[in-house]
Amino acid sequence: MKAETKDRLLLQGGSVVDPLKGSVRRADVLVVGGRIEKVEASIAAGAGTEVLDCRGKHIAPGLVDMHCHLREPGREDEETIASGTAAALAGGFTRVCPMPNTEPAIDTEAQVRFEVRRAAEAGFARLHPIGCCTKGRQGKELAEIGSMVDAGAVAFSDDGSPIDDAQVMRRVLEYCKAFDVPVISHCEVKELVEGVANEGRVSTKLGLKSGPDVAESAQAARDVLLAEFTRARLHIAHVSAKSTVDVIRWAKARSVQVTAETCPHYFVLTEDALTDFDTNCKVNPPLRAEADRRAVIAGLADGTIDAIATDHAPHLKGEKEAEFDAAPPGIIGFETAFSLGYEQLVLGRALPLADYIARLAVAPRRILNLPPAAVAPASEAELVVLDLKAEWKYAADNVRSLSRNSPFLGRVMHGRVSAALLGEKLFRF
Amino acid sequence: MKLRSRHLLGIEGLDRSEILTILDQARTFREVLDRPIPIVPALRGRTVVNLFFEASTRTSTSFGLAASRLSCGCVNFSKATSAVSKGETLLDTARNIEAMGVDGIIIRHQSPGAPHFLSRHVKAFVVNAGDGAHEHPTQALLDAFTLREKLGSLDGKRILIVGDIAHSRVARSNLLCFTKLGAEVAVCGPPTMIPPDVEEYGCEVFYRLDRILNEVDVVNMLRVQQERITSSSFPTVREYRAFYGLTAERLRKLAPEVVVTHPGPVNWGVEMDFDVADFSRALVLPQVTNGVAVRMAVLFLLAGGEGEVRS
Repeated sequence: MKAETKDRLLLQGGSVVDPLKGSVRRADVLVVGGRIEKVEASIAAGAGTEVLDCRGKHIAPGLVDMHCHLREPGREDEETIASGTAAALAGGFTRVCPMPNTEPAIDTEAQVRFEVRRAAEAGFARLHPIGCCTKGRQGKELAEIGSMVDAGAVAFSDDGSPIDDAQVMRRVLEYCKAFDVPVISHCEVKELVEGVANEGRVSTKLGLKSGPDVAESAQAARDVLLAEFTRARLHIAHVSAKSTVDVIRWAKARSVQVTAETCPHYFVLTEDALTDFDTNCKVNPPLRAEADRRAVIAGLADGTIDAIATDHAPHLKGEKEAEFDAAPPGIIGFETAFSLGYEQLVLGRALPLADYIARLAVAPRRILNLPPAAVAPASEAELVVLDLKAEWKYAADNVRSLSRNSPFLGRVMHGRVSAALLGEKLFRF
Repeated sequence: MKLRSRHLLGIEGLDRSEILTILDQARTFREVLDRPIPIVPALRGRTVVNLFFEASTRTSTSFGLAASRLSCGCVNFSKATSAVSKGETLLDTARNIEAMGVDGIIIRHQSPGAPHFLSRHVKAFVVNAGDGAHEHPTQALLDAFTLREKLGSLDGKRILIVGDIAHSRVARSNLLCFTKLGAEVAVCGPPTMIPPDVEEYGCEVFYRLDRILNEVDVVNMLRVQQERITSSSFPTVREYRAFYGLTAERLRKLAPEVVVTHPGPVNWGVEMDFDVADFSRALVLPQVTNGVAVRMAVLFLLAGGEGEVRS
């Protein structure tokens, strides 16, 4: 994937989506030296200005994936920072925030710097690391959170594992207040979980070991109460259950500083996808019931769930080609997230286009204290061009991630990202 | 009549007529077993492998005998002495065994869906001999065979399955099989052992044995699977026996025509008192005998044997 360098670029003939204002309007965008110079109804291409034909397309701020797994360091056979950020950019994500459950885990300043440097060398999506809350993700001692913030970490999480000890969680929340960074909670009461299928109709039928939705929502309830008590910022990761949406809605009504994200697979698929024991549908938290799927969509529609993240979790074919119990949980998501959400939420009339883009571009920036998603003069160009009329097939041969573990392979998608502009660098897909 | 699938992965994939085809075929083989020389050349030259990843006495021996009674070679695989102990994956193990030339793989595995997974990657036919808590189709078929032998037909019969429904593959396969054969099925156990939405199998749920025991034709007791229970599902064995065990006292109260089945191995003194062993309508040992005939029928139908059943 090669970038073209453009000193003067006119994005002409498209519609600009401004998720901050909630508007979509016809406008041209002139980018000079990597910064937006003008956004006007009609701009004439002057001498030396290259034109990107955006007729019939939409121009939006770059998307931000606040929850993904790039596997470097440790599992570079599954994904690297270079391959992952390239795949992310092709999915419209100009910034990504990898979770720290690598091997070793990201729990020091040096490791945070390593990740940032690797992404800069690759030159694709920008990277903002998420550091561990606790040393080695062991849930016992606080990691050096302040030093990691200085090195570029934007949030803290022991993702992949819950912080079982309530006192440790309290201290993490309190300590992070000093640096104004959110704590991202992987909510899972492990004692309630015997397997990775949702406890319900399908797990009963398939005889799969399972865990109930309350395993997620019970810990979410604990954590929002701790966030209220400590007056700290809490973010609930990968919301999958109706009861969790209810907990977050209740907490927001009490003005607790809580935000939340969900992932496309939780509003597109249900536990019924497991019927053939397809390990590409094995995720954690597990795919849940139709009522949960609908509640997640309702939570996105009313703002209870602030953001959409991918939880991009690459695994090799050989790892997923196993009996259901033995296969690792997780699916890739960078290159399908935008289309799945567009189909389900926008074409499904749950969210207007600008609000959908806000869940992908505005909310993650706000939660992580990143520069706002502006398509306005003087801002750095960080834009994506969306072809909402495109119909395309998600095929294994075209996947940019090193892994192929997706239940959506072979699916015909609607809407896609056709280009991304990062400063002077234009990427076409 | 042949089966629609070339594998037997569960009762789920069978319709009523296929179940009856297997049971009718089994009746032929049951007669073979009573002959002085109980062997037919129906699958001469064929080979199957018993790929058992869990301990088993009845099922593995039964499949092995079924194969030998059909003149079919049978190789036994033991997890403990195999390359699995060196970290070989299930798929590699199966592919290597298949490469040596086997017609069928009989698999027992602790993971639900393992036979389904295997069936997508091998050319041999696959028989599910128990996959985790999912299905145990040949157990259901032999139970149905045994009940038909005793009761004639299952249509309209009231069958109660008692015990650890949540962790039992036998319960799932029996629920599917008995209802497909027209029986009214109910389940009974402590709420900790009843999985969610089990009513979708078309069964009633009871939590107190004494409230339903006298209203049924068949009591299908299940083994308490201590090895699969990861958290406490009942306080003590004593209390389990008191509320869910087929005790001598309950046995005395049973209507005389009621029959009792159990897939074995029995935890005597837990789910059933020793007295049940002497109960004339307990079918535990006939179930085991019939299992060989049913498995002969399954191997015969899947291996494509036709018209070769002769002494």
